[in-house]
Amino acid sequence: MTTKTHSADGAITEFVTTMIGGQLFGMPISRVQDVFMPERLTRVPLSSSDVAGVLNLRGRIVTAIDMRSRLGLPKNDDGKPPMAVGVDLRGESYGLLIDSIGEVLKLADDSREVNPVNLDPRMAKMAAGVHRLEGQLMVVLDVDKILEISPDKLAA
Amino acid sequence: MDDLLREFLTETNESLDTVDNQLVRFEQDPNNAKILDNIFRLVHTIKGTCGFLGLPRLEALAHAAETLMGKFRDGMPVTGEAVTLILTTIDRIKEILGRLEATESEPEGIDEDLIGELHHMVEKGMESMNTPAPSIVPAAVESAPLVVPTLERELRPGEVSLDELERAFQETEIEVAAPVAAAPAPAVVAVVEKVAPKPAPKKSVVEIETPEGDKVANQSIRVNVDTLEHMMTMVSELVLTRNQLLEISRRHEDTEFKVPLQRLSTVTAELQDGVMKTRMQPIGNAWQKLPRIVRDLAGELGKQIELEMHGADTELDRQVLDLIKDPLTHMVRNSADHGLETPAERVKSGKPEQGTIRLSAYHEGGHILICIADNGRGLNTDRIRAKAISNGLASEADIEKMTEAQIHKFIFAPGFSTAAAITSVSGRGVGMDVVRTNIDQIGGTIDVKSVSGEGSSVTIKIPLTLAIVSALIVEAGGDRFAVPQLAVVELVRARANSEHRIERIKDTPVLRLRNKLLPLMHLKKLLKIDDGSSTDPENGFIIVTQVGNQTFGIVVDGVFHTEEIVVKPMSTKLRHIGMFSGNTILGDGAVIMIIDPNGIAQELGAAASSQHEIAEENAAARAMAAEQLTSLLVFRAGSAQPKAVPLGLVTRLEEISVDKVELSNGRYMVQYRDQLMPLVQMENVTVRTSGTQPILVFADDGRSMGLVVDEIVDIVEERLHIEVASGREGILGSAVIKGLATEVIDVGHFLPMAFADWFSRKEMRVSATAQSILLVDDSAFFRNMLSPVLKAAGYKVRVATNAQEGLVVLRSGQEFDAILTDIEMPDMNGFEFAETIRADAKLSHTPIIALSSMISPAAIERGRLAGFHDYVAKFDRPGLIAALKEQTTEIHQAA
Repeated sequence: MTTKTHSADGAITEFVTTMIGGQLFGMPISRVQDVFMPERLTRVPLSSSDVAGVLNLRGRIVTAIDMRSRLGLPKNDDGKPPMAVGVDLRGESYGLLIDSIGEVLKLADDSREVNPVNLDPRMAKMAAGVHRLEGQLMVVLDVDKILEISPDKLAA
Repeated sequence: MDDLLREFLTETNESLDTVDNQLVRFEQDPNNAKILDNIFRLVHTIKGTCGFLGLPRLEALAHAAETLMGKFRDGMPVTGEAVTLILTTIDRIKEILGRLEATESEPEGIDEDLIGELHHMVEKGMESMNTPAPSIVPAAVESAPLVVPTLERELRPGEVSLDELERAFQETEIEVAAPVAAAPAPAVVAVVEKVAPKPAPKKSVVEIETPEGDKVANQSIRVNVDTLEHMMTMVSELVLTRNQLLEISRRHEDTEFKVPLQRLSTVTAELQDGVMKTRMQPIGNAWQKLPRIVRDLAGELGKQIELEMHGADTELDRQVLDLIKDPLTHMVRNSADHGLETPAERVKSGKPEQGTIRLSAYHEGGHILICIADNGRGLNTDRIRAKAISNGLASEADIEKMTEAQIHKFIFAPGFSTAAAITSVSGRGVGMDVVRTNIDQIGGTIDVKSVSGEGSSVTIKIPLTLAIVSALIVEAGGDRFAVPQLAVVELVRARANSEHRIERIKDTPVLRLRNKLLPLMHLKKLLKIDDGSSTDPENGFIIVTQVGNQTFGIVVDGVFHTEEIVVKPMSTKLRHIGMFSGNTILGDGAVIMIIDPNGIAQELGAAASSQHEIAEENAAARAMAAEQLTSLLVFRAGSAQPKAVPLGLVTRLEEISVDKVELSNGRYMVQYRDQLMPLVQMENVTVRTSGTQPILVFADDGRSMGLVVDEIVDIVEERLHIEVASGREGILGSAVIKGLATEVIDVGHFLPMAFADWFSRKEMRVSATAQSILLVDDSAFFRNMLSPVLKAAGYKVRVATNAQEGLVVLRSGQEFDAILTDIEMPDMNGFEFAETIRADAKLSHTPIIALSSMISPAAIERGRLAGFHDYVAKFDRPGLIAALKEQTTEIHQAA
């Protein structure tokens, strides 16, 4: 799934970094289609609380996923509009709502560490390891796991 | 060239290319059952189509190839020579097709060589299941494909190559040599002679008119639907951009952009139209072949079959259409082969000799429904059960627990066929699973219903995932939603002080609409998006919606406009929400949800059972329904036992505050709509002393009376079957309603209690000219209900309890101005009754009005043919009176 370039010291994966609820996350760049500002989000009644709504992105209907809710983080209250990372899964488009987008990082696969055992279980389900960067940790997100939203989990 | 033929050529050429590819793959991977299944189906389809088009040579070849492949499926080892042989057969088919295209008729010729070889291969394969035959043939046969292309340019290629193949086979296959060599050789010569003169003159024409590139196969191009989908997206995008530009230009007066923008706007609209058109086709296109198929099948099977087609102009998305074409053909063939009985059998079971296959397509609640129904013997549950067990689909214990409907579903399992003998029509077990696969692909559902002896029907429900529909854009809870207009019957604005206002029976909102009570659902409550902003409970826009035979109102906050929307499927993450059938992008670029009226109807909870539906369908077809549903108002008065009255008789439900009830002259009265309305109490009912008093209002000709009740319980749809007649005054009898013994009250008893002259006043007034009516109905309930109504309207009524009695009365010399008759009666039904009357010279001038609880276009048509002047619903009092007036005055004017 991820693009791997072989350099002298092993495989390297490029990550798009994002900030969600003050935590740095990374997604493999091969899975990211685009980054956009979600506009005119339409809420979907009776849907899972993780689904923020649907929107029109250049004629395609994109399902927006509230990453904060998905990761079990508190709601955004700084009033800043969210950004969205566009990903595809089996021909359908999704927009993952994040707080802000960061730079693209090239990181060696062998520097990735497994999830800490005490990671929040909601996050652990979607995390595919942790990279230690200077001064902070980047949690690698597994896009397929993010989109495993069970239909039973209905909004209250 | 015939359209059918043209289509057949395009399709078959395409299929054959696929078969070629698949066969090669199959040879490399002989254990891949999926590829084999694919090939098998393709060849099966080709065989089938050839049969219908009357191309025996092609059909025979394809049939032989299919048989061989069937053996592969059964486990015969796949040898190179067998595959080569099939490929050779396919080349031969292609060659025949090429000539068919040029001459428009199947070239004459004999393919016994190939067919014999194929049969032989089958036998050999069976014998040497364990020791694959040594591949001697390939060397010889491989030359065949080389021969065919070079021959194509010559006038008699088929015959020559035939000869050569013949020789090849004779040399290699000693066993076949003797019989085959003798027979085909002269035939080939004969063919050459026959064929030679025919194509010769044609060929010159062909060369002038249709040069190389202009072959039929090339006249239409098949475009991948994805490409169209992409175009559609781009066009939508273009429309949105144009709208933005127009918006900008509106703000700037007199810009030089105005004119080109206008042009852009028209072009965009046309483009959008064009792209949409490329995708839509009437379903009739897929049905074109069916009449012929059915005719041929009827001949082949020795049955009399009539094919009815309804709704051929229902438009379908091209992709959807392509995918349902084959399933439809399969199902029609199944109906003809398995469903319908032979004329002898039909006569024995009391049915007309001719069986009917009814094909209908229509939009319903945002879906397209296609129904294939036959009035044959129905599915054989026992045989399906046995087959399911023998195929290991379910254990005997499991099957014991299943309902008939569940067992019937096994026919969709792969490789399932209950036909005892394999016929060339159907019965290789590729039928229903292909159907199911195709339907699944487009996200549709398929359902089978069957009633033993009555027939079976298969209903395909395809969601409008790709279709374009007209939708009403509404608002609820601050969001916009689209409601497919096909489901919308009418729009009603409800206001507190108007005629239409939202009323409540306990907590259930209802709307009174033309003397009918309509259950209401608040959209925002259904969708759980109630924003809390308390809207006036009596106000709102009501979308009167019809799904099947259910009518209900959806309350919304606002109604905007209608818009042609392109339905896009819901994301898989949202597809579980039954309330939505899809979503769409509006002209202003916003995404909105499309409401699925079926989902709402389900929420209302009253899905009729399949047994009932099929009974109803057949009833509609034969216009002989047994019992019909009646809307009943259930209430309590005087005792714990519930009471009921047909809802159609009740004019209004009211709750009046007790302090408005006055006692005058020993009777309770209430001021109601500027009139004094008497209140009538049933036995043991007392008017309350505080709070509000529920009453049922019955009104007629400006007078109203209120029946005091204790509590209004519910409105139910039930078959009204009065089981125990009552001796008590005011009670017609008891019926079981929702599992409870319920007393059905006799409104006719209470009306005179309010006004002693309720029935007599008008009779008095018009007695001199009173017109007389004969009312024929086998149900005591309706006789008792209708005669007061008719008397109240000023008619003299004579009742008869059945058609025979009615005829006796009529023939006794008594004259009537009109005859009212029920349709569903034992012994002689209303249609027969009407026909009898029409046939009688003395009576033929009397107008006959049919009374039925079953009103369908088919029934009305049947009624018109039988000689009815009018057709009125049983509970439609105003309609009945109007029809009577019309018929009787006409007579008077004529006289």
